[in-house]
Amino acid sequence: MELAGIKMKNPVMVASGTFGFGKDFADYIDLNKLGAIVTKSVTLKPREGNPPPRIVETPSGMLNSIGLQNKGIEHFLKKQLPFLAKFDTPTIVNIAGESVEDYAELARILSQETTVKGIEVNISCPNVKKGGMSFGCDAGLTKQVIAAVRKATTQPIIAKLTPNVADITLPAKAAAEGGADALSLINTIVGMSIDIETGGSRLGSLTGGLSGPAIRPIAVRLVYEAARAVKIPVIGIGGIMSGSDAVEFFHAGAKAVQVGTANFVDTSAAINVIKEIEEYVHRHPRAFNFS
Amino acid sequence: MPIQEKCRILEHQKVGPHHYKLTLVSQYISSHAQPGQFVNVKCSESFDPLLRRPISFHRINTQHRTFELLYEVVGRGSELLTKYFVGEELDILGPLGTGFNIDPEKRIHILVGGGMGIAPLLALGEQIQNSKVKSQNALYVLIGANNKEHIFGEEEFRKVTDQVQVATDDGSYGKKGFVSDLLLNFIETELRTHNSELATIYACGPRPMLKAVAEIAQQKKIDCQISMEERMACGIGACKGCATKTAGGYRTVCKHGPVLDAKEIIWN
Ligand SMILES: Cc1cc2nc3c(=O)[nH]c(=O)nc-3n(C[C@H](O)[C@H](O)[C@H](O)COP(=O)(O)OP(=O)(O)OC[C@H]3O[C@@H](n4cnc5c(N)ncnc54)[C@H](O)[C@@H]3O)c2cc1C
Ligand SMILES: Cc1cc2nc3c(=O)[nH]c(=O)nc-3n(C[C@H](O)[C@H](O)[C@H](O)COP(=O)(O)O)c2cc1C
Ligand code: FES
Repeated sequence: MELAGIKMKNPVMVASGTFGFGKDFADYIDLNKLGAIVTKSVTLKPREGNPPPRIVETPSGMLNSIGLQNKGIEHFLKKQLPFLAKFDTPTIVNIAGESVEDYAELARILSQETTVKGIEVNISCPNVKKGGMSFGCDAGLTKQVIAAVRKATTQPIIAKLTPNVADITLPAKAAAEGGADALSLINTIVGMSIDIETGGSRLGSLTGGLSGPAIRPIAVRLVYEAARAVKIPVIGIGGIMSGSDAVEFFHAGAKAVQVGTANFVDTSAAINVIKEIEEYVHRHPRAFNFS
Repeated sequence: MPIQEKCRILEHQKVGPHHYKLTLVSQYISSHAQPGQFVNVKCSESFDPLLRRPISFHRINTQHRTFELLYEVVGRGSELLTKYFVGEELDILGPLGTGFNIDPEKRIHILVGGGMGIAPLLALGEQIQNSKVKSQNALYVLIGANNKEHIFGEEEFRKVTDQVQVATDDGSYGKKGFVSDLLLNFIETELRTHNSELATIYACGPRPMLKAVAEIAQQKKIDCQISMEERMACGIGACKGCATKTAGGYRTVCKHGPVLDAKEIIWN
């Protein structure tokens, strides 16, 4: 199949931040079997990330406040991309910035890399003070960022949207107008968990991003709305633990999905999702057109 | 290299008020595990609780292809774990992380455990005693807990060394006080006649205890390895959720650790 100009063996990708840069999972699964690998967000400069604790478990979900810890684009190109390039699975690089220029600069640097098959623009991270979600919450800024990335590269662009908005169709349309080839949603939902003994947050930062099965109904609804607002393909993300969860997103209008938190629960989660989708398609040959 | 595997439960015993010992069968994991490493255990078939729970190797028995976990019930995950019966299988990820490093130059091994912190130290003590140079090694074990009911492993430790000291916060057993007090006293008395450069402290337990031990080790210039804890999601280095502050920046407890050089750790 092909999605937004990216050739994939199947419609199942692994979601940014839940799969590192592939290496950590290569011990457990065959990376060649995945539809695509989306990297952890890469920034221009290295980022330390937020103070611990960064993880809190919540009912059927988890909050994280990692804060985009990564070693920066230079390190990524030298140390992490060569490993991913060895596999017959497209690498999609997720980028995050503090300004429109940051995003454009990252896209410019990556545009030289033939082993990069697409760029996912993270305008939806809830765990950073500057940039991140603030771009994705404002349709005007969304369009600006995507347009700047569009100018900097000919590679396929996926705009990753935040669910923390009143009307998802606004940033969805803005990203499409800015020149995105596809949308991916949802990133995590801002949440909070309080330790009742101390009265303080259970995370080192006050708030975190909620992910996992708990968010799936919200994600399905937002994908449904976004898919009807734009002509470009939509990639569904949010609490996908099994093939049937993924199929729910296809029915909502998604052309592909990303598996995130499930990778932490079961290292073969994405592989199982692929198998279960195949079984579903076998039972319902006319349900979807993956092309 | 770690694997994800369904491991059969060979034994599952209640060993304390809220404490259980679990023996699992795995040829691969038991033959690759190192003391200080851990497994990430799926405690339920459902997605609530969602994440795996990290538990250290308490004992590694390569010959019998088994490993033991000693765990305390502190919340839902560990509570659900108690419901598993002998003969059932648990979904295990491991062996994970970086364990203790037994430096062949060292001759004096001081194991310091607080509460459930003794869990990984038994595997370590047994490995030190099984090593070829065992006759040249001196092994000391210092255990501490709130009270008598929470002292675990004393009997097993006594099988690997006769140098075992116990302290309880309330004085209900052994010396009254903290295990860090035992350590300081030990260094200032018995260790005085020895070359402290040949000694290593290995510690695991609650954070305040570990901090106290690290300070003593630094003050007395003794090498010290500490097994840290942090909230985890993936357990395999992918999510950066288990970061702890070190002199070299944030490091993952699940991969770079859980055992870290005490000098590296930034406590506040
Ligand atoms: C490397 C490592 C090795 C460990 N080895 C052992 C062991 O051998 N035996 C043992 O009994 N316990 C061990 N623990 C702690 C154990 O993982 C937690 O007690 C367990 O995850 C709690 O799960 P729960 O669902 O029962 O409790 P929850 O409801 O999740 O939490 C109850 C309490 O446990 C604390 N807790 C939860 N998760 C963790 C965690 N990952 N690390 C530290 N505290 C946590 C919470 O702060 C809370 O106070 C280890 C932890 C780590 C990181
Ligand atoms: C620990 C963790 C780290 C994440 N890091 C990133 C990131 O760096 N960039 C990004 O765009 N999304 C990140 N995400 C969001 C996921 O890619 C995904 O959008 C979200 O978790 C919802 O999907 P899920 O419920 O399947 O996990 C992260 C999520 C988690 C749980
Ligand atoms: S728990 Fe994910 S990196 Fe350590």
